Amino acid sequence: MELLGQQILAGIATGAIYACMALAVVMIYQAIDHLNFAQGEMAMFSTFIAYQLMLWGLPYWVAFPITLIVSFIGGVLIDRVVFKPIHDAPILSHVVVFIALLAILNSTAGFIWDFTVKSFPSPFGSAPLFGSSLISAHQAGMIGVTLLLLVLLFVFFRYTRIGLSMRAAAANPASARLVGVRVGWMNALGWGMAAAIGAIAGILIAPVVFLEPNMMISILLYGFAGAVLGGLTSPAGAVLGGFLVGIVENLAGTFIPVIGGELKLPIALMLIVAVLVFKPSGLMGRTVVQRV
Amino acid sequence: MSTLLDVKGLVAGYGGIPALHGVEFNLEEGGVTTLLGANGAGKTTTLRALCGMIRARGEATFAGKRLIGMQTEDIVRLGIAHVPEGRGTFTRMSVEENLQLGAMTRRNGSDIKQDIERVYDHFPRLRQRRAQQAGTLSGGEQQMLAIGRALMLRPRLMLLDEPSFGLAPLVVREMFHILAALNRDEKVSMLLVEQNASLALSLADTAYLLETGRIVTSGPAAQIREDEGVRRSYLGY
Ligand SMILES: Nc1ncnc2c1ncn2[C@@H]1O[C@H](COP(=O)(O)OP(=O)(O)OP(=O)(O)O)[C@@H](O)[C@H]1O
Ligand SMILES: [Mg+2]
Repeated sequence: MELLGQQILAGIATGAIYACMALAVVMIYQAIDHLNFAQGEMAMFSTFIAYQLMLWGLPYWVAFPITLIVSFIGGVLIDRVVFKPIHDAPILSHVVVFIALLAILNSTAGFIWDFTVKSFPSPFGSAPLFGSSLISAHQAGMIGVTLLLLVLLFVFFRYTRIGLSMRAAAANPASARLVGVRVGWMNALGWGMAAAIGAIAGILIAPVVFLEPNMMISILLYGFAGAVLGGLTSPAGAVLGGFLVGIVENLAGTFIPVIGGELKLPIALMLIVAVLVFKPSGLMGRTVVQRV
Repeated sequence: MSTLLDVKGLVAGYGGIPALHGVEFNLEEGGVTTLLGANGAGKTTTLRALCGMIRARGEATFAGKRLIGMQTEDIVRLGIAHVPEGRGTFTRMSVEENLQLGAMTRRNGSDIKQDIERVYDHFPRLRQRRAQQAGTLSGGEQQMLAIGRALMLRPRLMLLDEPSFGLAPLVVREMFHILAALNRDEKVSMLLVEQNASLALSLADTAYLLETGRIVTSGPAAQIREDEGVRRSYLGY
Protein backbone atom coordinates (compact mmCIF):
# COMPACT_ATOMS: atom_id res chain seq x y z
CA MET A 1 0.00 0.00 0.00
CA GLU A 2 2.83 2.31 0.85
CA LEU A 3 4.45 1.46 -2.46
CA LEU A 4 1.25 2.43 -4.28
CA GLY A 5 1.16 5.81 -2.56
CA GLN A 6 4.81 6.41 -3.33
CA GLN A 7 4.36 5.52 -6.96
CA ILE A 8 1.37 7.82 -7.30
CA LEU A 9 3.41 10.64 -5.82
CA ALA A 10 6.25 9.89 -8.21
CA GLY A 11 3.70 9.78 -11.04
CA ILE A 12 2.40 13.21 -10.11
CA ALA A 13 5.95 14.51 -10.13
CA THR A 14 6.57 13.23 -13.67
CA GLY A 15 3.04 14.19 -14.62
CA ALA A 16 3.82 17.83 -13.86
CA ILE A 17 6.08 17.84 -16.92
CA TYR A 18 3.32 16.49 -19.12
CA ALA A 19 0.69 18.72 -17.57
CA CYS A 20 2.74 21.79 -18.34
CA MET A 21 3.19 20.72 -21.96
CA ALA A 22 -0.46 19.69 -22.29
CA LEU A 23 -1.47 23.16 -21.17
CA ALA A 24 0.56 24.72 -23.98
CA VAL A 25 -0.96 22.25 -26.46
CA VAL A 26 -4.52 23.11 -25.43
CA MET A 27 -3.77 26.81 -25.49
CA ILE A 28 -2.87 26.74 -29.15
CA TYR A 29 -5.62 24.28 -29.99
CA GLN A 30 -8.09 26.82 -28.58
CA ALA A 31 -6.64 29.57 -30.71
CA ILE A 32 -6.19 27.82 -34.04
CA ASP A 33 -8.22 24.61 -33.83
CA HIS A 34 -5.21 22.43 -34.72
CA LEU A 35 -2.70 20.40 -32.75
CA ASN A 36 0.66 22.10 -33.18
CA PHE A 37 3.24 19.40 -33.80
CA ALA A 38 6.02 21.97 -33.55
CA GLN A 39 4.98 22.97 -30.03
CA GLY A 40 7.68 20.85 -28.40
CA GLU A 41 10.45 22.22 -30.60
CA MET A 42 9.24 25.78 -30.00
CA ALA A 43 9.51 25.13 -26.25
CA MET A 44 12.95 23.60 -26.70
CA PHE A 45 14.13 26.58 -28.73
CA SER A 46 12.84 29.00 -26.11
CA THR A 47 14.73 27.07 -23.45
CA PHE A 48 17.92 27.43 -25.47
CA ILE A 49 17.32 31.17 -25.65
CA ALA A 50 17.15 31.26 -21.85
CA TYR A 51 20.30 29.12 -21.74
CA GLN A 52 22.11 31.51 -24.07
CA LEU A 53 21.06 34.57 -22.07
CA MET A 54 22.39 32.99 -18.90
CA LEU A 55 25.57 32.02 -20.74
CA TRP A 56 25.99 35.71 -21.51
CA GLY A 57 25.88 36.33 -17.79
CA LEU A 58 22.29 37.38 -17.15
CA PRO A 59 20.83 36.14 -13.88
CA TYR A 60 18.01 33.56 -14.01
CA TRP A 61 15.23 35.96 -13.09
CA VAL A 62 16.27 38.39 -15.82
CA ALA A 63 16.71 35.72 -18.47
CA PHE A 64 13.34 34.18 -17.63
CA PRO A 65 11.07 37.16 -18.47
CA ILE A 66 13.17 38.11 -21.50
CA THR A 67 12.76 34.57 -22.81
CA LEU A 68 9.00 34.75 -22.32
CA ILE A 69 8.78 38.04 -24.20
CA VAL A 70 11.01 36.83 -27.04
CA SER A 71 8.98 33.61 -27.28
CA PHE A 72 5.72 35.53 -27.33
CA ILE A 73 6.97 37.71 -30.18
CA GLY A 74 8.32 34.63 -31.95
CA GLY A 75 4.90 32.96 -31.69
CA VAL A 76 3.16 36.03 -33.09
CA LEU A 77 5.66 36.18 -35.95
CA ILE A 78 5.21 32.49 -36.79
CA ASP A 79 1.48 33.12 -37.09
CA ARG A 80 1.79 36.31 -39.13
CA VAL A 81 4.54 35.11 -41.47
CA VAL A 82 3.77 31.43 -41.89
CA PHE A 83 0.23 30.57 -40.90
CA LYS A 84 -1.81 33.64 -41.80
CA PRO A 85 -1.05 33.29 -45.53
CA ILE A 86 -2.15 29.62 -45.55
CA HIS A 87 -5.14 30.22 -43.32
CA ASP A 88 -7.70 28.86 -45.76
CA ALA A 89 -5.52 26.03 -47.02
CA PRO A 90 -6.58 22.44 -46.30
CA ILE A 91 -5.61 20.87 -42.98
CA LEU A 92 -2.90 18.76 -44.62
CA SER A 93 -1.00 21.90 -45.64
CA HIS A 94 -1.00 22.96 -42.00
CA VAL A 95 0.33 19.58 -40.90
CA VAL A 96 3.13 19.80 -43.45
CA VAL A 97 4.07 23.28 -42.26
CA PHE A 98 4.01 22.15 -38.61
CA ILE A 99 6.42 19.34 -39.45
CA ALA A 100 8.66 21.64 -41.46
CA LEU A 101 8.73 24.06 -38.54
CA LEU A 102 9.59 21.20 -36.20
CA ALA A 103 12.52 20.11 -38.38
CA ILE A 104 13.77 23.66 -38.91
CA LEU A 105 13.75 24.51 -35.20
CA ASN A 106 15.34 21.20 -34.30
CA SER A 107 18.24 21.44 -36.72
CA THR A 108 18.76 25.16 -36.16
CA ALA A 109 19.10 24.52 -32.42
CA GLY A 110 21.50 21.68 -33.15
CA PHE A 111 23.50 23.94 -35.47
CA ILE A 112 23.79 26.81 -32.99
CA TRP A 113 24.13 24.93 -29.70
CA ASP A 114 25.12 21.41 -30.95
CA PHE A 115 23.61 18.17 -29.76
CA THR A 116 25.57 17.61 -26.55
CA VAL A 117 23.48 17.33 -23.40
CA LYS A 118 23.58 20.42 -21.19
CA SER A 119 22.44 20.87 -17.63
CA PHE A 120 19.95 23.60 -16.88
CA PRO A 121 19.45 25.32 -13.52
CA SER A 122 16.29 25.12 -11.46
CA PRO A 123 14.96 28.11 -9.55
CA PHE A 124 13.65 25.79 -6.85
CA GLY A 125 16.83 23.75 -6.33
CA SER A 126 17.06 20.02 -6.76
CA ALA A 127 17.08 18.97 -3.11
CA PRO A 128 14.55 16.31 -2.15
CA LEU A 129 11.40 17.78 -0.69
CA PHE A 130 10.94 17.02 3.04
CA GLY A 131 13.72 14.46 2.78
CA SER A 132 11.58 12.27 0.56
CA SER A 133 13.37 10.86 -2.45
CA LEU A 134 10.14 10.66 -4.45
CA ILE A 135 9.54 14.29 -5.16
CA SER A 136 12.16 17.00 -5.40
CA ALA A 137 11.79 20.67 -4.62
CA HIS A 138 11.99 21.36 -8.33
CA GLN A 139 9.13 18.98 -9.13
CA ALA A 140 7.01 20.49 -6.39
CA GLY A 141 7.75 23.95 -7.77
CA MET A 142 6.79 22.77 -11.22
CA ILE A 143 3.43 21.48 -9.99
CA GLY A 144 2.85 24.83 -8.32
CA VAL A 145 3.72 26.84 -11.43
CA THR A 146 1.49 24.66 -13.62
CA LEU A 147 -1.48 25.13 -11.31
CA LEU A 148 -0.84 28.86 -11.08
CA LEU A 149 -0.72 29.15 -14.87
CA LEU A 150 -3.96 27.24 -15.06
CA VAL A 151 -5.70 29.65 -12.70
CA LEU A 152 -4.36 32.66 -14.60
CA LEU A 153 -5.57 31.24 -17.93
CA PHE A 154 -8.94 30.44 -16.47
CA VAL A 155 -9.38 33.99 -15.22
CA PHE A 156 -8.12 35.41 -18.50
CA PHE A 157 -10.52 33.44 -20.68
CA ARG A 158 -13.50 33.65 -18.38
CA TYR A 159 -13.40 37.23 -17.12
CA THR A 160 -11.57 39.46 -19.58
CA ARG A 161 -12.96 40.96 -22.76
CA ILE A 162 -9.93 40.02 -24.75
CA GLY A 163 -10.19 36.43 -23.49
CA LEU A 164 -13.83 36.40 -24.59
CA SER A 165 -12.83 37.79 -28.00
CA MET A 166 -10.22 35.07 -28.38
CA ARG A 167 -12.75 32.37 -27.61
CA ALA A 168 -15.23 33.90 -30.06
CA ALA A 169 -12.62 34.16 -32.81
CA ALA A 170 -11.71 30.49 -32.40
CA ALA A 171 -15.26 29.18 -32.12
CA ASN A 172 -16.90 31.13 -34.91
CA PRO A 173 -14.63 33.45 -36.92
CA ALA A 174 -17.35 34.74 -39.26
CA SER A 175 -19.67 35.78 -36.44
CA ALA A 176 -16.74 37.15 -34.46
CA ARG A 177 -15.91 39.51 -37.36
CA LEU A 178 -19.53 40.62 -37.45
CA VAL A 179 -19.27 41.89 -33.88
CA GLY A 180 -15.97 43.59 -34.67
CA VAL A 181 -13.46 41.12 -33.23
CA ARG A 182 -10.15 41.34 -35.12
CA VAL A 183 -9.91 37.63 -35.71
CA GLY A 184 -6.47 37.61 -37.32
CA TRP A 185 -4.89 39.35 -34.34
CA MET A 186 -6.65 37.03 -31.92
CA ASN A 187 -5.03 34.06 -33.68
CA ALA A 188 -1.66 35.77 -33.45
CA LEU A 189 -2.20 36.47 -29.76
CA GLY A 190 -3.08 32.81 -29.23
CA TRP A 191 0.17 31.77 -30.90
CA GLY A 192 2.14 34.23 -28.81
CA MET A 193 0.59 33.02 -25.56
CA ALA A 194 1.08 29.37 -26.49
CA ALA A 195 4.73 30.05 -27.32
CA ALA A 196 5.25 31.81 -23.98
CA ILE A 197 3.56 28.99 -22.05
CA GLY A 198 5.67 26.51 -24.02
CA ALA A 199 8.75 28.48 -22.96
CA ILE A 200 7.75 28.15 -19.30
CA ALA A 201 7.20 24.42 -19.84
CA GLY A 202 10.60 24.02 -21.51
CA ILE A 203 12.45 25.99 -18.84
CA LEU A 204 10.84 23.89 -16.09
CA ILE A 205 11.36 20.60 -17.90
CA ALA A 206 15.00 21.17 -18.87
CA PRO A 207 16.43 20.73 -15.33
CA VAL A 208 14.80 17.27 -15.22
CA VAL A 209 15.53 15.85 -18.65
CA PHE A 210 18.57 18.03 -19.50
CA LEU A 211 18.79 20.44 -22.37
CA GLU A 212 19.39 19.20 -25.91
CA PRO A 213 17.57 19.68 -29.23
CA ASN A 214 15.66 16.39 -28.97
CA MET A 215 14.57 16.83 -25.36
CA MET A 216 10.92 17.50 -26.17
CA ILE A 217 10.13 14.86 -28.76
CA SER A 218 8.74 12.18 -26.47
CA ILE A 219 7.52 14.72 -23.93
CA LEU A 220 5.32 16.31 -26.56
CA LEU A 221 3.72 12.93 -27.20
CA TYR A 222 2.98 12.58 -23.49
CA GLY A 223 1.68 16.15 -23.54
CA PHE A 224 -0.65 15.30 -26.43
CA ALA A 225 -1.76 12.21 -24.52
CA GLY A 226 -2.55 14.34 -21.48
CA ALA A 227 -4.35 16.96 -23.53
CA VAL A 228 -6.46 14.40 -25.39
CA LEU A 229 -7.18 12.47 -22.21
CA GLY A 230 -8.36 15.56 -20.37
CA GLY A 231 -10.10 17.12 -23.33
CA LEU A 232 -8.61 19.46 -25.92
CA THR A 233 -11.14 22.13 -25.14
CA SER A 234 -10.38 22.27 -21.44
CA PRO A 235 -7.18 23.71 -19.93
CA ALA A 236 -8.07 22.18 -16.56
CA GLY A 237 -8.72 18.85 -18.24
CA ALA A 238 -5.34 19.01 -19.97
CA VAL A 239 -3.53 19.55 -16.68
CA LEU A 240 -5.46 16.74 -15.02
CA GLY A 241 -4.78 14.55 -18.07
CA GLY A 242 -1.06 15.31 -17.85
CA PHE A 243 -0.93 14.23 -14.22
CA LEU A 244 -2.96 11.10 -14.97
CA VAL A 245 -0.62 10.10 -17.78
CA GLY A 246 2.32 10.44 -15.37
CA ILE A 247 0.56 8.34 -12.73
CA VAL A 248 -0.56 5.62 -15.15
CA GLU A 249 2.92 5.44 -16.62
CA ASN A 250 4.51 5.00 -13.20
CA LEU A 251 1.99 2.49 -11.90
CA ALA A 252 2.12 0.39 -15.04
CA GLY A 253 5.92 0.39 -14.96
CA THR A 254 5.93 -0.76 -11.30
CA PHE A 255 3.02 -3.15 -11.03
CA ILE A 256 2.83 -4.83 -14.43
CA PRO A 257 6.12 -6.70 -14.62
CA VAL A 258 6.31 -7.08 -18.41
CA ILE A 259 6.16 -3.34 -18.83
CA GLY A 260 9.62 -2.03 -18.28
CA GLY A 261 10.87 1.40 -19.13
CA GLU A 262 10.70 0.61 -22.85
CA LEU A 263 6.95 0.17 -22.98
CA LYS A 264 6.06 3.43 -21.22
CA LEU A 265 5.67 5.45 -24.40
CA PRO A 266 3.36 2.93 -26.09
CA ILE A 267 1.18 3.17 -22.99
CA ALA A 268 0.80 6.90 -23.51
CA LEU A 269 -0.08 6.33 -27.15
CA MET A 270 -2.56 3.60 -26.29
CA LEU A 271 -4.18 6.05 -23.90
CA ILE A 272 -4.62 8.54 -26.73
CA VAL A 273 -6.22 5.95 -28.97
CA ALA A 274 -8.47 4.57 -26.23
CA VAL A 275 -9.74 8.01 -25.25
CA LEU A 276 -10.38 8.99 -28.85
CA VAL A 277 -12.38 5.80 -29.36
CA PHE A 278 -14.43 5.81 -26.17
CA LYS A 279 -14.73 9.45 -25.16
CA PRO A 280 -13.63 11.71 -28.01
CA SER A 281 -14.21 14.91 -26.05
CA GLY A 282 -11.91 13.73 -23.23
CA LEU A 283 -12.56 13.52 -19.51
CA MET A 284 -13.34 17.21 -19.03
CA GLY A 285 -13.81 18.40 -22.59
CA ARG A 286 -17.07 20.12 -23.24
CA THR A 287 -19.41 18.10 -25.38
CA VAL A 288 -21.04 20.65 -27.58
CA VAL A 289 -24.74 20.66 -27.04
CA GLN A 290 -26.10 21.89 -30.29
CA ARG A 291 -29.39 22.03 -32.02
CA VAL A 292 -29.34 21.02 -35.63
CA MET B 1 -34.06 63.33 -44.45
CA SER B 2 -30.66 62.49 -45.85
CA THR B 3 -29.37 59.38 -47.53
CA LEU B 4 -27.56 57.08 -45.11
CA LEU B 5 -26.67 54.24 -47.45
CA ASP B 6 -26.26 54.62 -51.18
CA VAL B 7 -25.57 51.51 -53.27
CA LYS B 8 -24.65 51.72 -56.95
CA GLY B 9 -23.65 49.02 -59.43
CA LEU B 10 -23.01 46.41 -56.75
CA VAL B 11 -21.54 43.24 -58.25
CA ALA B 12 -20.66 40.18 -56.17
CA GLY B 13 -20.63 36.43 -56.48
CA TYR B 14 -19.21 33.14 -55.36
CA GLY B 15 -16.21 31.47 -56.95
CA GLY B 16 -16.29 33.65 -60.05
CA ILE B 17 -20.01 33.15 -60.67
CA PRO B 18 -21.79 36.47 -60.15
CA ALA B 19 -24.93 36.47 -58.04
CA LEU B 20 -25.46 40.25 -58.14
CA HIS B 21 -25.35 42.15 -61.44
CA GLY B 22 -25.27 45.81 -60.48
CA VAL B 23 -27.69 46.22 -57.60
CA GLU B 24 -28.78 49.83 -56.91
CA PHE B 25 -30.78 51.18 -54.00
CA ASN B 26 -30.59 53.69 -51.20
CA LEU B 27 -31.74 54.05 -47.67
CA GLU B 28 -32.82 57.20 -45.82
CA GLU B 29 -31.42 58.02 -42.38
CA GLY B 30 -33.97 56.74 -39.87
CA GLY B 31 -35.84 54.76 -42.51
CA VAL B 32 -36.68 51.11 -43.01
CA THR B 33 -35.99 49.75 -46.48
CA THR B 34 -36.93 46.22 -47.45
CA LEU B 35 -35.44 43.99 -50.13
CA LEU B 36 -37.93 41.48 -51.45
CA GLY B 37 -37.27 38.61 -53.80
CA ALA B 38 -37.63 34.89 -54.44
CA ASN B 39 -35.25 32.28 -53.04
CA GLY B 40 -31.84 32.71 -54.62
CA ALA B 41 -32.53 36.24 -55.87
CA GLY B 42 -29.44 37.57 -54.09
CA LYS B 43 -30.82 39.21 -50.94
CA THR B 44 -28.41 37.53 -48.54
CA THR B 45 -25.56 38.10 -50.98
CA THR B 46 -26.34 41.83 -51.02
CA LEU B 47 -26.10 42.04 -47.23
CA ARG B 48 -22.90 39.99 -47.19
CA ALA B 49 -21.33 42.24 -49.82
CA LEU B 50 -22.26 45.36 -47.86
CA CYS B 51 -20.48 44.24 -44.73
CA GLY B 52 -17.41 42.83 -46.39
CA MET B 53 -18.08 39.15 -45.84
CA ILE B 54 -17.59 38.51 -49.56
CA ARG B 55 -15.62 40.40 -52.15
CA ALA B 56 -17.64 42.92 -54.15
CA ARG B 57 -17.28 45.63 -56.78
CA GLY B 58 -19.28 48.78 -57.29
CA GLU B 59 -20.10 51.50 -54.83
CA ALA B 60 -21.67 51.47 -51.41
CA THR B 61 -21.46 54.69 -49.46
CA PHE B 62 -22.48 54.73 -45.80
CA ALA B 63 -22.55 58.18 -44.16
CA GLY B 64 -19.91 59.36 -46.60
CA LYS B 65 -17.63 56.32 -46.18
CA ARG B 66 -17.02 53.82 -48.97
CA LEU B 67 -17.71 50.31 -47.68
CA ILE B 68 -16.41 48.29 -50.63
CA GLY B 69 -12.93 47.03 -49.85
CA MET B 70 -13.20 47.69 -46.11
CA GLN B 71 -12.72 44.89 -43.60
CA THR B 72 -15.81 43.56 -41.85
CA GLU B 73 -14.28 44.48 -38.46
CA ASP B 74 -13.99 48.13 -39.54
CA ILE B 75 -17.44 48.27 -41.12
CA VAL B 76 -18.90 47.14 -37.78
CA ARG B 77 -17.12 50.07 -36.14
CA LEU B 78 -19.06 52.47 -38.37
CA GLY B 79 -22.21 51.28 -36.59
CA ILE B 80 -23.51 48.66 -39.00
CA ALA B 81 -24.87 45.59 -37.21
CA HIS B 82 -25.62 42.54 -39.32
CA VAL B 83 -28.08 39.94 -38.06
CA PRO B 84 -27.08 37.19 -40.45
CA GLU B 85 -29.09 34.41 -42.02
CA GLY B 86 -28.64 31.48 -39.63
CA ARG B 87 -28.31 33.95 -36.73
CA GLY B 88 -24.56 33.61 -36.09
CA THR B 89 -24.97 32.49 -32.48
CA PHE B 90 -21.85 31.64 -30.48
CA THR B 91 -23.34 28.30 -29.56
CA ARG B 92 -20.89 27.26 -26.85
CA MET B 93 -21.08 30.53 -24.95
CA SER B 94 -23.71 31.71 -22.56
CA VAL B 95 -26.50 34.07 -23.57
CA GLU B 96 -24.86 36.89 -21.62
CA GLU B 97 -21.46 36.28 -23.19
CA ASN B 98 -23.11 36.51 -26.61
CA LEU B 99 -24.50 39.91 -25.66
CA GLN B 100 -21.14 41.06 -24.33
CA LEU B 101 -19.56 40.07 -27.62
CA GLY B 102 -22.05 42.32 -29.39
CA ALA B 103 -20.52 45.26 -27.52
CA MET B 104 -16.95 44.26 -28.25
CA THR B 105 -16.19 47.49 -30.11
CA ARG B 106 -17.38 49.64 -27.19
CA ARG B 107 -15.36 50.68 -24.16
CA ASN B 108 -17.62 51.97 -21.39
CA GLY B 109 -18.35 49.04 -19.06
CA SER B 110 -21.29 50.56 -17.18
CA ASP B 111 -23.00 51.60 -20.43
CA ILE B 112 -22.62 48.04 -21.65
CA LYS B 113 -24.15 46.64 -18.46
CA GLN B 114 -27.12 48.98 -18.87
CA ASP B 115 -27.60 47.95 -22.49
CA ILE B 116 -27.59 44.28 -21.54
CA GLU B 117 -30.42 45.02 -19.12
CA ARG B 118 -32.23 46.90 -21.86
CA VAL B 119 -32.00 43.89 -24.18
CA TYR B 120 -33.38 41.73 -21.36
CA ASP B 121 -36.25 44.20 -21.01
CA HIS B 122 -37.04 43.76 -24.70
CA PHE B 123 -36.69 39.98 -24.48
CA PRO B 124 -37.49 38.79 -20.93
CA ARG B 125 -37.05 35.19 -22.01
CA LEU B 126 -33.37 35.86 -22.55
CA ARG B 127 -33.02 37.16 -18.99
CA GLN B 128 -34.29 33.86 -17.62
CA ARG B 129 -31.73 32.04 -19.73
CA ARG B 130 -28.78 34.39 -19.30
CA ALA B 131 -26.39 31.68 -18.08
CA GLN B 132 -27.60 29.01 -20.49
CA GLN B 133 -25.42 27.80 -23.37
CA ALA B 134 -26.74 29.75 -26.38
CA GLY B 135 -26.72 26.70 -28.68
CA THR B 136 -29.43 25.12 -26.54
CA LEU B 137 -31.92 27.99 -26.98
CA SER B 138 -34.96 27.44 -29.15
CA GLY B 139 -34.86 28.85 -32.67
CA GLY B 140 -36.99 31.81 -31.70
CA GLU B 141 -34.90 32.57 -28.65
CA GLN B 142 -31.76 32.44 -30.77
CA GLN B 143 -33.31 34.93 -33.17
CA MET B 144 -34.04 37.24 -30.24
CA LEU B 145 -30.47 36.78 -29.08
CA ALA B 146 -29.17 37.67 -32.54
CA ILE B 147 -31.17 40.89 -32.55
CA GLY B 148 -30.15 41.63 -28.97
CA ARG B 149 -26.51 41.10 -29.87
CA ALA B 150 -26.84 43.51 -32.78
CA LEU B 151 -28.43 46.12 -30.50
CA MET B 152 -25.43 45.90 -28.17
CA LEU B 153 -23.43 47.70 -30.85
CA ARG B 154 -25.80 50.71 -30.57
CA PRO B 155 -26.04 50.53 -34.34
CA ARG B 156 -26.93 53.29 -36.76
CA LEU B 157 -27.97 50.71 -39.31
CA MET B 158 -29.18 47.16 -38.83
CA LEU B 159 -29.00 44.63 -41.65
CA LEU B 160 -31.69 42.07 -40.88
CA ASP B 161 -31.71 38.82 -42.86
CA GLU B 162 -35.10 37.13 -42.44
CA PRO B 163 -35.68 37.88 -38.77
CA SER B 164 -39.00 36.02 -38.92
CA PHE B 165 -37.42 32.79 -40.14
CA GLY B 166 -38.63 29.77 -38.20
CA LEU B 167 -40.66 31.72 -35.67
CA ALA B 168 -44.23 31.08 -34.57
CA PRO B 169 -46.68 33.73 -35.92
CA LEU B 170 -47.20 35.24 -32.47
CA VAL B 171 -43.46 35.55 -31.88
CA VAL B 172 -43.06 37.13 -35.33
CA ARG B 173 -45.62 39.79 -34.43
CA GLU B 174 -43.82 40.47 -31.15
CA MET B 175 -40.48 40.66 -32.95
CA PHE B 176 -41.77 43.18 -35.50
CA HIS B 177 -43.31 45.31 -32.76
CA ILE B 178 -39.88 45.50 -31.17
CA LEU B 179 -38.21 46.34 -34.48
CA ALA B 180 -40.75 49.08 -35.14
CA ALA B 181 -40.18 50.49 -31.65
CA LEU B 182 -36.41 50.49 -32.13
CA ASN B 183 -36.78 52.33 -35.40
CA ARG B 184 -39.22 54.87 -33.96
CA ASP B 185 -37.69 55.49 -30.53
CA GLU B 186 -34.00 54.94 -31.08
CA LYS B 187 -33.81 56.06 -34.70
CA VAL B 188 -32.09 52.88 -35.83
CA SER B 189 -32.20 52.65 -39.62
CA MET B 190 -32.92 49.20 -41.02
CA LEU B 191 -32.33 47.23 -44.19
CA LEU B 192 -34.76 44.35 -43.95
CA VAL B 193 -34.73 41.16 -45.99
CA GLU B 194 -37.86 39.07 -45.59
CA GLN B 195 -39.70 36.15 -47.16
CA ASN B 196 -42.85 37.37 -45.48
CA ALA B 197 -43.49 40.28 -47.86
CA SER B 198 -46.68 41.63 -46.33
CA LEU B 199 -45.02 41.80 -42.93
CA ALA B 200 -41.94 43.50 -44.38
CA LEU B 201 -44.06 46.02 -46.29
CA SER B 202 -45.95 46.89 -43.12
CA LEU B 203 -42.73 47.87 -41.34
CA ALA B 204 -40.82 49.41 -44.24
CA ASP B 205 -41.26 52.80 -45.83
CA THR B 206 -39.42 51.90 -49.03
CA ALA B 207 -39.23 48.61 -50.92
CA TYR B 208 -37.06 47.16 -53.66
CA LEU B 209 -37.77 43.99 -55.57
CA LEU B 210 -34.75 41.86 -56.45
CA GLU B 211 -34.81 39.28 -59.26
CA THR B 212 -31.75 37.16 -60.09
CA GLY B 213 -29.30 39.76 -58.90
CA ARG B 214 -31.01 42.91 -60.27
CA ILE B 215 -33.45 45.43 -58.85
CA VAL B 216 -36.57 45.24 -61.02
CA THR B 217 -39.09 47.37 -59.12
CA SER B 218 -38.84 49.98 -56.40
CA GLY B 219 -40.98 52.55 -54.65
CA PRO B 220 -42.70 53.52 -51.41
CA ALA B 221 -43.83 50.44 -49.50
CA ALA B 222 -47.51 51.38 -49.74
CA GLN B 223 -47.26 51.62 -53.52
CA ILE B 224 -45.35 48.34 -53.91
CA ARG B 225 -48.04 46.65 -51.86
CA GLU B 226 -50.60 47.62 -54.51
CA ASP B 227 -48.37 46.52 -57.39
CA GLU B 228 -50.15 43.81 -59.38
CA GLY B 229 -47.04 41.66 -60.01
CA VAL B 230 -45.79 41.89 -56.45
CA ARG B 231 -49.19 41.00 -55.13
CA ARG B 232 -49.46 37.91 -57.26
CA SER B 233 -45.89 36.64 -56.69
CA TYR B 234 -45.17 37.65 -53.13
CA LEU B 235 -48.33 38.50 -51.29
CA GLY B 236 -50.51 35.77 -52.71
CA TYR B 237 -53.79 37.57 -53.23
N1 LIG C 1 -21.86 30.24 -50.31
C1 LIG C 1 -22.30 30.20 -51.59
N2 LIG C 1 -21.56 29.58 -52.53
C2 LIG C 1 -21.97 29.54 -53.82
N3 LIG C 1 -23.10 30.10 -54.25
C3 LIG C 1 -23.89 30.72 -53.37
C4 LIG C 1 -23.52 30.81 -51.99
N4 LIG C 1 -24.48 31.49 -51.34
C5 LIG C 1 -25.40 31.81 -52.26
N5 LIG C 1 -25.04 31.36 -53.48
C6 LIG C 1 -25.80 31.56 -54.74
O1 LIG C 1 -26.00 32.92 -54.94
C7 LIG C 1 -27.32 33.18 -55.39
C8 LIG C 1 -27.99 34.18 -54.45
O2 LIG C 1 -28.11 33.59 -53.17
P1 LIG C 1 -28.63 34.34 -51.89
O3 LIG C 1 -28.28 33.52 -50.72
O4 LIG C 1 -28.16 35.73 -51.93
O5 LIG C 1 -30.20 34.30 -52.12
P2 LIG C 1 -31.37 34.87 -51.21
O6 LIG C 1 -32.07 35.90 -52.01
O7 LIG C 1 -30.87 35.26 -49.89
O8 LIG C 1 -32.30 33.58 -51.08
P3 LIG C 1 -33.14 33.02 -49.84
O9 LIG C 1 -34.42 33.75 -49.84
O10 LIG C 1 -33.35 31.59 -50.20
O11 LIG C 1 -32.33 33.21 -48.61
C9 LIG C 1 -28.02 31.84 -55.45
O12 LIG C 1 -28.02 31.43 -56.79
C10 LIG C 1 -27.17 30.93 -54.63
O13 LIG C 1 -27.19 29.64 -55.14
MG1 LIG D 1 -31.11 34.53 -47.97
